[in-house]
Amino acid sequence: MRKYLTFFKIRFANGLQYRAAAWAGVATQFAWGGMTLLMFWAFYQNGKNSFPMTFPELSSYIWLQQAFLALFMAWYFDNDIFSSVTSGNIAYELCRPVDIYAMWFIKNLAVRISRAVLRCMPILIVAIFLPKPFNISPPASVISGLFFLVSMALGLLVMVAFSMLIYISTFYTLSPLGIRILATSVIEFFAGGIIPIPFFPEKLQTVVQILPFASMQNTPFLIYNGYMGGSQIFWGILIQACWILGLVVLGKILMQMALKKVVVQGG
Amino acid sequence: MRLYLKYASIILRGQMQYKVSFVMSSIGQFLVAFTTFLAMYFMFNRFNSVNGFTFSEVLLCFAVTLAAFSLAECFVRGFDTFSGIISNGEFDRIMVRPRNEILQVLASRIEFTRIGRLLQAVLMLIYAVPTSQVVWSSDKIATLVLMLIGGFCVFSGLFIIYASICFFTIEGLEFMNIFTDGGREFGKYPISIYGEGVLKFLTYVVPIALFQYYPFLYLIGRTDNVVYMFLPLVGVIFLIPCLAFWEIGIRHYKSTGS
Amino acid sequence: MIELRDICKTFKVAKRNAGLGEAVKALFRREYSEIRALKNVSFKIDEGEMVGYIGPNGAGKSSTIKIMSGILTPDSGECVINGRVPWKERIEHVKEIGVVFGQRSQLWWDVPVVDSFELLKDIYRVDELSFRKNLNELTELLDIGEIIRTPARQLSLGQRMRCEIAASLLHNPRVLFLDEPTIGLDAVSKIAVRNFIRTINKERCTTVILTTHDMQDIEALTERILLIGKGKILLDGTLNELKKRNSTYKTLVVDYTGERIKTVSGLRVTKDLDGHVELVVDTTLLPVSQAIAIISSQVDVSDISVMGATAEEMVVSLYKEFEI
Repeated sequence: MRKYLTFFKIRFANGLQYRAAAWAGVATQFAWGGMTLLMFWAFYQNGKNSFPMTFPELSSYIWLQQAFLALFMAWYFDNDIFSSVTSGNIAYELCRPVDIYAMWFIKNLAVRISRAVLRCMPILIVAIFLPKPFNISPPASVISGLFFLVSMALGLLVMVAFSMLIYISTFYTLSPLGIRILATSVIEFFAGGIIPIPFFPEKLQTVVQILPFASMQNTPFLIYNGYMGGSQIFWGILIQACWILGLVVLGKILMQMALKKVVVQGG
Repeated sequence: MRLYLKYASIILRGQMQYKVSFVMSSIGQFLVAFTTFLAMYFMFNRFNSVNGFTFSEVLLCFAVTLAAFSLAECFVRGFDTFSGIISNGEFDRIMVRPRNEILQVLASRIEFTRIGRLLQAVLMLIYAVPTSQVVWSSDKIATLVLMLIGGFCVFSGLFIIYASICFFTIEGLEFMNIFTDGGREFGKYPISIYGEGVLKFLTYVVPIALFQYYPFLYLIGRTDNVVYMFLPLVGVIFLIPCLAFWEIGIRHYKSTGS
Repeated sequence: MIELRDICKTFKVAKRNAGLGEAVKALFRREYSEIRALKNVSFKIDEGEMVGYIGPNGAGKSSTIKIMSGILTPDSGECVINGRVPWKERIEHVKEIGVVFGQRSQLWWDVPVVDSFELLKDIYRVDELSFRKNLNELTELLDIGEIIRTPARQLSLGQRMRCEIAASLLHNPRVLFLDEPTIGLDAVSKIAVRNFIRTINKERCTTVILTTHDMQDIEALTERILLIGKGKILLDGTLNELKKRNSTYKTLVVDYTGERIKTVSGLRVTKDLDGHVELVVDTTLLPVSQAIAIISSQVDVSDISVMGATAEEMVVSLYKEFEI
C-alpha cells in the first residue's frame, strides 16, 4: 500500500507544477459550463413544461459536472499503459511483485483525483456566487449530500473499472487508437456528459439508466440536486456497486487471459 | 500550393501505412460528431424549437459550423500539435528551410482522419439543405459558400493564435479550447440563443457570429439585409491580426530559442 | 565567408525546485535565473574550410550553430555568412546552408526515403536536372541506392544517418553544419560518414562545421578546431598546433625480460606489470632516444613503441587546463 501512496504523492506534486494549466483549466471549464447553461436557458424559455427538472437543479448538475470533470473525463487514458502493452514492455512489469490490474487502477485513480482536487474548489466557489438561477445550490438535503459523496466515490470506481477494459482490450487489438475514440464518445454520451440523461427520450432513459455509464457521473449528480430521492438513491447506489463488482471481475478475468497469452507467446 | 499538396500526399501515404488505425479513427471521429447530433435531436424532440428556430434550421447552422471547423482542422491543425513541434526541435528544422514557416507548419501535420467529422457535416448538410424550407436561389447558395469560407478562416485564425502562444508558453493552452472546440460545440446553435452578451463577444472579439449567426439569418429569410450575407468576409480579415501575432511569436522564438 | 564578431547571448531560465511546498509556491510566483550562453564569441571561417567545433555539453555549441543557421537572434554582436546576416534574411540564407542534427530526423518517418528527397527538392526549389544529377552522385557516394526505397522508420541508425546527410545536401549548400553526425553509429558507418564528409568538402568545396564529442571525427576530418567552454572561445588553432602544445610528453610501452627497470629523472612509470611497463618521458629533460637507450641497457627489450598524446587525451587536458 505504501508504494501506491508514494506514487500518488509524486503524481500530485507533478500535477501542481503546471500552474497555468490549472488556472486555464478552471477558466475553460467555467466558460464551458456557462455556455452550456445559457443553451439550456434558451430551451427553458421555450418550453418550461418540457423541462425534466427545475432550472436550479440543472445548474447544480452542470457545475458539479465541470468541477469534477477530471474524475469522470471519458477521454483520459494513460498513454504509458497503452504503449507498455503495444511495445511488449509489459513483460518487464510482470517481473515486478505487483498486481498489474491494481497498479493500473491506482495510477488512473491518482491522476483523476489529483486533477480534480486542484480544480474543483475554484469552480465551486465561483459557481456559488453566480446570480440565480445559474448558481449551484446546496445539496437537496443532508442525506442527499452524504449519499452524493458516497455515490461520487463509487462513480469514480465505475469509471476507472470501465477504462481498465479499454486498456485490456489493447492486448487483443494491439492498436488502441480507434477503440479509444470510440469508447470516449460512447461513454461521454451515455453517461450524460453531453446532455443529462433526464433529457433523453423517456423510453431510452429506462434502458440507459441501467447501463454502466449512468453509474458514473449521472447518479451522484442527480442525488446531489435531489432529482433522485428516497428509494431511488438506494437503487442508484446498488446499481453502481453491482457494476463495480461486475467490471472489476470481468477486467481481472480478461487480464488473466491476456497475460496468459503474453506469457505463452513470450511477450 | 503545389508544395502543400506534395506534403499532403506524403502524409496521406504515411498514414495509410496504418490502415486499421486510420479507418478506426475516422469512424471514431464520425461517432463523436454523431453523438452531438443525437443530443441535439433529443433536445428538439422534447422542445420542438428554440428561440423560434426549428430543428432543420438549427441543423443547417450546425452543419455549416461543423464543416468549416473540420475543414480547418483537417488542413490547419498542424498548429494544434504545435507545442510538440517546438519541444521536439522540429521547428528548428522548419527554420532552416527556405520556405514560409506557416506553410511548413500547416503542411507538416495534415489530419486526414478528421474526414470522419467532415463526412458527418456533409451528411447533415445534405439532409438540412432540402428540409430547411430555404428557397435555394443563387444568393442563398452564395451565402452558404461564404459562411463556409468565413468559418474556415476564423477557425484557422484561432488555430494560428493557439500555436503562436506556444512560442511564449506551453502551459495554459487549454484555455484556447473554449474558442476552438468550444466554437464548434456551441456553434451548433445560432449564437443568439446564448444571449446578448455572448453574441456581442462573439461578434466583436472572436468573430464566430460573423460567419454563423448573421448570414444564417439571411439564409433562412429572417432578414433581407444583404450586408449580412457578406459579413463572413470580415471573418477573413480576422486572419490578419492572427498572422501578425504569429510573426511576433516567431520573433520571440528567435530571441529565446525555446 | 563566415564571420562572427562579439556575439553575446543570454537566456532566462525558470527555476524549478523539487518538493510539494516549492511546487505550491511556484503556482503563484516563479523565479528566474539568467544564463550567459555566449560571451563575445568571435571567429572567422573561410570558404572550403572544415572546422571542428568542440566543447563539453552546455558550453554554447548549439547556440552558436542556431545563430549561424538563422534560428536564433543574438543579443549583440555581428554575424555575416555569405554576405548575409542569418536572422535578418532567413529564407535567402538557409537556401545556402545544410544542417544535420544528429539526434533528430528530417526525413518523413513512414514513407520511402526517396519520397522525402522529392519533397525536399520542392521545398528548396531545386530544378529537376540538377536534382537528378546530385541525387545520383550522393546515392553513389553514400552507397544508399538500395535503401532509399525503404521507409525511414525501417532503416538502421547508420543507414538513416547517411540518408539524413544526403537530404541536407540535395540543394548543394555552400555551408554544411553537422551537429554530432556520428553519434550512436557503429564503426563501419562512422568511417563511411567521415569519408563522405571529406569527399564533399574536397570536391564541392563545401564549408563544413562539425560539432562532435567523438575525437576520432576531429582527428580524421578537421585541420582546425575551435574549442568553446562556458560560452567563450578558448582556443582556435590547428590540430597540429594543439598537438605540439601537448607533445612534451611521450608514452613508451615496453615488453621486456629481466630485472625491474630503474627510472631516472624525466622518466616515470605509469603502469607496471610483470614484463610489461608503460613510462612517460618528459622530452624537455630527456630525449626519447636516450630514454630508450637507458631502458635497453637495463633489460632485454622484446617490443617497444612510442606514442604521442591522442586527441582525446589532449581535449581532456584542455578541459582541465581551462577548468571547464
